[in-house]
Amino acid sequence: MTNSIEELEKADVILVAGSNTTGMHPVIASTIKRAVRSGKTKVVVVDPRKIELVNHAELWLRPKPGTDVAWLNGLMHVIINEDLHAKGYIAERTEGFEDLKQAVSTYSPERVEEISGIPKADLIEAARLYAKAPAASIIYAMGITQHINGTDGVKSVANLAMLCGNVGIEGGGVNPLRGQNNVQGACDMGGLPNVFSGYQPVTSKEVREKMGRAWGVESLPEKPGLTIVEIVDGAVKGDIKAMYIMGENPVVSDPDSHHVRRGLNSLDFLVVQDIFLNRTARLADVVLPACCFAEKDGTFTNTERRVQLVRKAVEPPGDARPDWEILCDLARHMGYPMSYPNASAIFDEIASLTPSYAGMDYARLADGGLQWPCPSKDHPGTKYLHKDGFARGKGLFHGIEWISPAEGTDEKYPFLLTTGRVLYQYHTGTMSRRSVALNERYPECLVEINEEDAERLGIKSGDKIRVSSRRGRIEATASVGDSVDLGTIFIPFHFAEVPVNELTIAALDPIAKIPEFKVCAVRVEMVGEE
Amino acid sequence: MDKDIITLTVHGKDFLGKVQGRKGQTVLEVLRDNHIHVPTLCYHPKMPPYGGCRLCIVEIENMRGLPPSCTTPAVDGMVVHTHTDRVFQVRKSVLELLLAYGDHNCLLCEQTGNCELQDLVYEHGIEKIRFKSDYKSKPLDDSNSMIVRDPNKCVLCGRCVRACLEVQVNGVIDVALRGSDSCISTFNGMSLKDSNCVFCGECVSVCPTGALTFKQARFKGRPWELKKVQTTCTYCGVGCQMELNIKDNEIVKVTSSHEIRGPNVGNLCIKGRFGYDWVKHPDRLKTPLIREEGIFREASWEEALSLIAQRFENIRVKSGPDSIAFFTSARCTNEENYIMSKFARAVIGTNNIDHCARL
Amino acid sequence: MHTETISPLPAKGRQLLVCRGTGCESQKANLIFGALKDEIFKAGLADDYKVKFTGCHGLCQMGPTVIVQPPGTFYCNVAPEDVAEIVKVDLVEGGKVDRLLFIDPQSKERVLTYHEMAYFNPQRRIVLRNCGFINPEDIDDYIEVGGYEGIRRALSLTPLEVIEEVKSSGLRGRGGGGFPTGTKWEFCNKSPGDQKYLICNADEGDPGAFMDRAVLEGDPHSVLEGMMIAGYAIGATKAYIYCRAEYPLAHERSLIAIDQATQRGYLGKGIFGSDFDFEIKVKLGAGAFVCGEETALMASIEGKRGMPMPRPPFPAVKGLFGKPTNINNVETFANIPVILTKGGDWFARVGTEKSKGTKVFALAGKINYSGLVEIPMGTSLRQIVDEIGGGIPNKRKFKAAQTGGPSGGCIPAEHFDIPMDYENLTQVGSIMGSGGLIVTDETTCMVDMAKFFLSFTQKESCGKCVQCRLGTKNMLETLTAISEGKATMEDLDLLLELAQDVKAGSLCGLGQTAPNPVLSTIRYFRDEYEAHILRKECPARVCRSLIKFQVNEAACTMCGSCFKACPVGAITWQKKQPAHIDKEKCIKCRSCILACKFHAID
Repeated sequence: MTNSIEELEKADVILVAGSNTTGMHPVIASTIKRAVRSGKTKVVVVDPRKIELVNHAELWLRPKPGTDVAWLNGLMHVIINEDLHAKGYIAERTEGFEDLKQAVSTYSPERVEEISGIPKADLIEAARLYAKAPAASIIYAMGITQHINGTDGVKSVANLAMLCGNVGIEGGGVNPLRGQNNVQGACDMGGLPNVFSGYQPVTSKEVREKMGRAWGVESLPEKPGLTIVEIVDGAVKGDIKAMYIMGENPVVSDPDSHHVRRGLNSLDFLVVQDIFLNRTARLADVVLPACCFAEKDGTFTNTERRVQLVRKAVEPPGDARPDWEILCDLARHMGYPMSYPNASAIFDEIASLTPSYAGMDYARLADGGLQWPCPSKDHPGTKYLHKDGFARGKGLFHGIEWISPAEGTDEKYPFLLTTGRVLYQYHTGTMSRRSVALNERYPECLVEINEEDAERLGIKSGDKIRVSSRRGRIEATASVGDSVDLGTIFIPFHFAEVPVNELTIAALDPIAKIPEFKVCAVRVEMVGEE
Repeated sequence: MDKDIITLTVHGKDFLGKVQGRKGQTVLEVLRDNHIHVPTLCYHPKMPPYGGCRLCIVEIENMRGLPPSCTTPAVDGMVVHTHTDRVFQVRKSVLELLLAYGDHNCLLCEQTGNCELQDLVYEHGIEKIRFKSDYKSKPLDDSNSMIVRDPNKCVLCGRCVRACLEVQVNGVIDVALRGSDSCISTFNGMSLKDSNCVFCGECVSVCPTGALTFKQARFKGRPWELKKVQTTCTYCGVGCQMELNIKDNEIVKVTSSHEIRGPNVGNLCIKGRFGYDWVKHPDRLKTPLIREEGIFREASWEEALSLIAQRFENIRVKSGPDSIAFFTSARCTNEENYIMSKFARAVIGTNNIDHCARL
Repeated sequence: MHTETISPLPAKGRQLLVCRGTGCESQKANLIFGALKDEIFKAGLADDYKVKFTGCHGLCQMGPTVIVQPPGTFYCNVAPEDVAEIVKVDLVEGGKVDRLLFIDPQSKERVLTYHEMAYFNPQRRIVLRNCGFINPEDIDDYIEVGGYEGIRRALSLTPLEVIEEVKSSGLRGRGGGGFPTGTKWEFCNKSPGDQKYLICNADEGDPGAFMDRAVLEGDPHSVLEGMMIAGYAIGATKAYIYCRAEYPLAHERSLIAIDQATQRGYLGKGIFGSDFDFEIKVKLGAGAFVCGEETALMASIEGKRGMPMPRPPFPAVKGLFGKPTNINNVETFANIPVILTKGGDWFARVGTEKSKGTKVFALAGKINYSGLVEIPMGTSLRQIVDEIGGGIPNKRKFKAAQTGGPSGGCIPAEHFDIPMDYENLTQVGSIMGSGGLIVTDETTCMVDMAKFFLSFTQKESCGKCVQCRLGTKNMLETLTAISEGKATMEDLDLLLELAQDVKAGSLCGLGQTAPNPVLSTIRYFRDEYEAHILRKECPARVCRSLIKFQVNEAACTMCGSCFKACPVGAITWQKKQPAHIDKEKCIKCRSCILACKFHAID
């Protein structure tokens, strides 16, 4: 997030796009709902599903899945057409506006209605609401990103925000909500193939030398590594021989599970380090027992870039050890001296090598944490980014064309499948499905289907139905209602026994390599029919 | 001089003098800010004042009656008496009425030692209840595994209603019926399980008595036996600050508070609040496992790590460092992700490291 | 009756007025109305007489009524079968149907017209000026008697001049509070806000009070006109009538009136050619007594549970939907058009020094004629009871009058001559309230009456404040114990103490006044309470647990009245023998006690 969670209560308009906030980030959803309740804030929801926030929204736009760039361009078309854009801001702080203007010029409300199904009048009203707000925030999540043009979607969101001068102000911003507790931190720490911690590129000689000195090695690899999906492809092809998986469950979480399983099975050697023997761990050669969050010290970085302490509260079961201890021990077994007295000492090393974390230490984090960038010990942290300018100098507009999803519906696969999460479960369910309370609320995988479609197919809530795509098929229980639009179904991916990712397509965004979880074509039928 | 500063004269229990506050504050807020005690039950700093329990009543010179300090705006020059005999007597009668029309047997109550009603009754030196009553016990809502609702211990302070409506903005419960039949109810009196409750537990966290309790925590530990460890929630990316309440190496319950600084200002959701029992699940991995002829066997750390070190070294030498890849984790700590990055790059010599950020 | 205010008499032609208020309508007034039209037509008099239905005349006890106008012949207790006779005897033959005429309670003589009736004659009708005389569903009827002249005049003045006029009238809120209406308007007028609201409180909740219903049923346009004037004065363009759902007829007639006024352009954009916009909506309340309280009422309109909110902020500053709001009740609004047409000074000449104008009372209880009466402020209680109400039945003695409903108190016989106005009522420990007036005699037990009112307020407490929710519950339980002879003097002391705590510790008027009936009956009739507690005796023989249901032979005159009254044959009696009650058969219905004039049943 460029801005902070608390600032949502200061926004005049919040555009929520592709985020089922009440389900995925309930505490942020409450903040948004409180803002609405106070009378200050208006919410515009853009989502193919009738999410709970719709009940609190001033306006709900329901696009067809995979049309985000189109409706975002449409909003900008209207804003520029009606002269509602922030001309001073654009002139002073951005470049490339003419490119953008050119690109969005063809996205008239009529054309956008044709592509996305959003009524022209609603699009215009949403554009006016957003553009006229003194401070408008955009909240988005995987609904925008998990597409083959996910990067385009993100850039379009940024275009819109800059167009109205909403980046670098309190209560505004471009605010992606991160789905997992420390997905922000894992990226910040260099858990990516192309960067060290703090997004320092591996291609930079200077950076490699700095890291090499600190880590006591002569050289570090300069070629960016492979991404998740590429690693799996590499394993299938035989280029990748061994893997070390820590706290991940790609067999359930990644697209096209068959392919993932084939890749992992092709490895010479697989190590999985986890807290449970999950589906991925069952394929391993060696499984290492790790501590969960309650059994170790450390830090998580949340979606608003806030680094906060994790504190040990209970002893781990059996011989389980914190992940970092295991890795350090393994390094020593491989002849590399790596040892730290505690997590705090690791953090101090991180701070010394990572400019955006440089001012942090455990003592400073103890009360309320700190938001990066926090470059020095006397820096209070950063509530919102780009206050005085963008990292690259000027904010760059990108003219972007909409492209249709990788897989469209046809006679054989007439439904669009969109996947996601539900409030009561978490990710691949390793933890949440072992919680009595959570399973009482949501014990089995439900396929959400529109009531009209269901009636046509003779499906009632509670019926067992089969969903198939070109890649696989699954069986699950139907839940009939109005949460999804005609022609669309929704299936959560928490349930290993209903592996929805056997259906999804491993089509990737060419830049971010993000899979298109939000659209693929499927067929729906009652179990027993063929 | 700041024109927003106001001065009040207070005749308190152990205080006599002038205090300062800001324009726009209530009398209670000024008193609290100045550490002057006034008993309250329905007041909660997280929520708008309600003015229902009538315990924070005070006498204010030149104002008639006994205005509740929680809803009375503070005005410069006010003279406030917080503990006159009249005020004390009315407070006492409120407390005695609550005791008479409820089932407040502290020996049988989970919240003993953590109950605001208990504290208030003690503070007012109540030894016996003057009021006779024909109170009849009402049934509990015990239909779910998370929250137990005991209307017999409810004092109708309305905190849960406001927590649900004003804080979490779900509006699942409200006051129903009238007169002495008034009670907190879901729509149409459904059990919580069948209502549209999302079990954030906010209502329980603000309940001043034992009317709302965490079911999983019942009989697992008295408040004074619990050690609270503040930590960061392990579910989504909000990073809620919460307290794990520990007794005998077990998480008994999860709490939070608006007094803890964090992005959640004391709010939690069902996962953070109730989804912790997997920590003690018997399925947890307890020893390293090594696959032999397709079957896992338990192994020592030394054996497991030696095996991994040896296999990795062989593969690296034979196929090069880029034949090894690492999945680091969006669920592990920063320190662990950093260490894995360091391990991949410095120990093995590959940039093949990624995680499920995109999933 | 003084009808100088506005002549309700038709300008021309003769009329037959059929009351179709809720009371008369429930006794087939609709059939009477239909039959009259038929009979007139059959008699060939359709061109000579206009048959018109009206709202309530006030004398509900004698309904259904038909008035032949002129001369004002007042036929009572009319049944549909009587209609043909009225047409034949009165209209065709020029005589009177004697058996349907009103009988004066004092002289026992038949009274020919309502002008001569003791019930109507001392009244001074401003609020009820049109009730019973105009068709409430016909805007032209209202206009014909001078309707909508008040708003026309108001629009020729500035809002502040309108407020001055109302202030000069001395009108005070008739809903119970008695706050000066003009001053209240001025607060709202001066309160800054882009949108302001006006609310007419028609959530008449006091048991027995029904004047607001009668006005909405009988003269809804006068309320609309009063609201228009108020809206103009305070700057509100949107208004609500908050009408309780138990008043379907009032609701329906309000809607009809709004519809007619809208069609005429009296409501909507730029009313009466001015640049003042005004619209009125009707919101139905669900019958919660507490929704008569301003803040609870507004919560209810907003769709929330009707629970009072602390004041400040006052509605004039932050009211409905957070906007400045002014709330008056129906009776208050009905006064306004007259003040504007006749002037504040004219109005101020009616009433007493601090209580101006008239007050409508709902007369009920132990009284010969119950119904609505409108009297100038300052009229004595004695005149209302003895003269207008025709005294107490069965020559029993006046004991006390309860005013102000469950929030009020009782006025004992020693204050029978009290001039009825705000100040005097407060001084004797009661209140004006919305105008409920319940007369009691020696057969009324004051403990029982206090219990009745308290059980009402207890059931109607919104549950917010502990004292009101549980304090009244405990008080009720103590009163019940007293009425059953199970209480001690300590209980009585605790009851008094708790009553004070409930008054002191409650947020809204409901709780603050709920103990009043208890406090005032203890104040004036402590001996009765003590009789229940110490002697286990109910002097009025009302509290069943304390009645032995046995004949006191010493007092028995052997008249047999009890024997005749007993519905279950539990009493044996022979001439010149004292009666005897068989306790096995007795169902404790008290019929014998009410029948016995000699207090011979213990």
